[in-house]
Amino acid sequence: MQLQEIQTHTLANGLTLIVEPMRAVQSAAFSLLLPAGSNYDPPDRLGSASVLCELIMRGAGERNSRDLTEALEQLGVQHREHTGNSFLTFSAASVAETLPESLRIFGDIVRRPHLPEDQFEAARAGIVQSLRSVEDEPRQKVMIELRRRCFDAPWGLPSDGTLETVAQLTPDLCRHHFESCVRPNGSILAVAGNVDPAEVIRLTEDVFGDWPVLADPVPATAPRGPHRDHLSHDSEQTHIGVAWDSVPYSHEAYYDAWAAVGVLSGGMSSRLFTEVREKRGLCYSVYASHTSIPDEGRVLAYAGTTSARAQETLDVMLAEIVRLQEGISQAELDRSRARARSALVMQQESTMRRASAMAGEWHHLGRVTTLDEIRSRIDALTVDSVLQHIRQFPPRDFTVLTIGPQPLEVSVEVP
Amino acid sequence: MKFHEAVLGNGLQIVAELNPAVYSVAASFLVRTGSRDETEGESGVSHFLEHMAFKGNDRFTADDVNRIFDEIGAENNASTSEEVTQYHAVFLPEYLPTVMEVLSGLLTPALRQEDYDLEKQVILEEIGMYQDQPSWVAYEHAMESHFKGHPLGQCILGTTESITELTSEQMRAYHARHYTAGNVVLAVTGNTDWDVLQEQVEQFCGGWKPGHCDRIVTEASPVASAAVLERESSLQEQVVQMAPAPPARSELRLAAELLATVVGDSSGSRLYWDLVDSGEAEVAELGYNEYDGSGVWMTWLSCLPKDTERIAARIAALYAEVNRSGVTEAELDRARNKVASRVVLRSERPMGRLSSVSTSWMYRGEYLSVEEELRQLQAVTLKDIQQLLEAYPLRQVTTVAIGPCGSLNFG
Repeated sequence: MQLQEIQTHTLANGLTLIVEPMRAVQSAAFSLLLPAGSNYDPPDRLGSASVLCELIMRGAGERNSRDLTEALEQLGVQHREHTGNSFLTFSAASVAETLPESLRIFGDIVRRPHLPEDQFEAARAGIVQSLRSVEDEPRQKVMIELRRRCFDAPWGLPSDGTLETVAQLTPDLCRHHFESCVRPNGSILAVAGNVDPAEVIRLTEDVFGDWPVLADPVPATAPRGPHRDHLSHDSEQTHIGVAWDSVPYSHEAYYDAWAAVGVLSGGMSSRLFTEVREKRGLCYSVYASHTSIPDEGRVLAYAGTTSARAQETLDVMLAEIVRLQEGISQAELDRSRARARSALVMQQESTMRRASAMAGEWHHLGRVTTLDEIRSRIDALTVDSVLQHIRQFPPRDFTVLTIGPQPLEVSVEVP
Repeated sequence: MKFHEAVLGNGLQIVAELNPAVYSVAASFLVRTGSRDETEGESGVSHFLEHMAFKGNDRFTADDVNRIFDEIGAENNASTSEEVTQYHAVFLPEYLPTVMEVLSGLLTPALRQEDYDLEKQVILEEIGMYQDQPSWVAYEHAMESHFKGHPLGQCILGTTESITELTSEQMRAYHARHYTAGNVVLAVTGNTDWDVLQEQVEQFCGGWKPGHCDRIVTEASPVASAAVLERESSLQEQVVQMAPAPPARSELRLAAELLATVVGDSSGSRLYWDLVDSGEAEVAELGYNEYDGSGVWMTWLSCLPKDTERIAARIAALYAEVNRSGVTEAELDRARNKVASRVVLRSERPMGRLSSVSTSWMYRGEYLSVEEELRQLQAVTLKDIQQLLEAYPLRQVTTVAIGPCGSLNFG
């Protein structure tokens, strides 16, 4: 792997800049994370971050909504805005020469948005329609609802809110969300591509240096939903979601946890795919993946199957998950590691992936790990270390949610 | 980046765009066959066969195939469309020999009966999964109506009935007919060596049976139709509309791509400003799909059920305006920038180049470097757009709606 020269620079107002120059590419990408995500929605007004994220693009600085979109198009900037639990995220990529102009436009967007009141209804209507579409797609809905049942609020709450709560929002609430949450302290800007770090530091100081600090808002917490649940839907398939506790990304045993999930669902030779699909033909789609909030981790698993075979699918899934504790083989661990190594190498071909990975690391660890460091953590894994981890944090107390015509029995359980 | 091409003695074509500055290699075997090439009684066989390819050949078992790809950390997958079945992998350069052996092996599957019986269940599950995605159901139904009586109207997955009845003997016969060397292109992009690659391909594919499969590529002439599929419990109404557009080999192809961007891109287009920005529609997009001999303007709409007729009429009025007055130089210029930026950003990864290089070769038998792609984009003028609109105006010939509405009037 190439030697990476990642630089970090924290502004006086608390915004952290991370830059990785990549010489072999023509492009530059950035991820700008503002700590103003849906966790800060008022509990009875969920969706305020999400509607704000729609509204914030509708004019900023000297430009109205249309001028702003057209300016980004003219520069050839590909961009995406996303509302997550922790952050509002703005990602953009273009040829490296246009990075300064693109970043200045996004500086306007996050610092000087017009938030036009006469466009509030349009912004809200967009969110309402996408929430309605999720109701029509049980495969998506089951994972959104599963999070709600395995994480306490606000972490488990859907970041777009719900049809009921979004109906309660007002322009004032969205403006308030902006004024009380969108701030430099705790924001992360990660830049990767054909750039000179010193210039990016100057640019960032220029665009964000005089942005005043705000007090950190405190999210409201509430207990999670039921441990076992079924939502009735006249779908063709039954959609199964299963969750259990794991360690967070910042935990010293994270890579052991990651490897354990890899054995279950790391590729087409992994256990869930082999046992549920390849040997029994029970489903088309089955997977498990690790997810992390700052202090907690979970594994979330999914399978979708015709209702007549749904019970068997759930039984086989749970049996495979529980069976992890009985042991894993060296070959299984080696395959997980090989996949990770090649993914790390390939990350170096994508400025977008690098920018978003670095921002995520800073969020979870308060520092950026080099790809070499991650690689040596992966090389250091052994069958014993992974197994010891599994036994220390055995998969159990499963949260199980199904969506479909009939509820299922959870027949496998460990003490 | 350097381009190479070669043809094996049996007719298999190899195209490669090699780039020593990247870290990975992407490779794809493309078989010129898909649902349009299926005869009566074999609906869904192309896609089912694509699944069976991963069940191993005379050298590897199904477990071997999955295990070996994972052992080398390759990202691999396959897909079946109306006219191409492709098998691809992205991997680190040192694994070229392993990938060539296993990936090429997918095209000569053993088709063992017990694997066939088990995989049939997976296919039936996949059909069930798509049934739960309203937009897919609308798309499939629209293709079927739009291309009624034309091979492009044959559905990719098949139906529960056609898959249940399909036998492994039928699949074997289909495989023998279509998986011949002359019907296959191997496309490779990224960091590898041309001489080594050629040797590998000769070693693993040199013995494949020669042969080439023709297909009839008459341009479809669709008859207007509208259908409403009622799903009482749905909240949104989704609509797919189709109309004839330039075929893949048409000179108007790039103009069509740019016009679709001006009129119906997911952001910043005329449909976007009129319907999505205002919050009236969740999705209102126009896409251009190119096929062998035919093409499609495809309109996607997702909106509140009560607004469906009104919005479809608005789209019709908007299309009529474009057909009458064309687009502006400023709009065309922004669309060129947008598409050019996508081409450049995608080109940084071998997987991003693989689809451009292979599509261009499969459909047009030509190679375009990134620079040439950009040059051709810049060369599209308002006059080309005008000519395009005269030949293929924006219309809504075929309509399929799915959602809670029991009946809808599309004018």
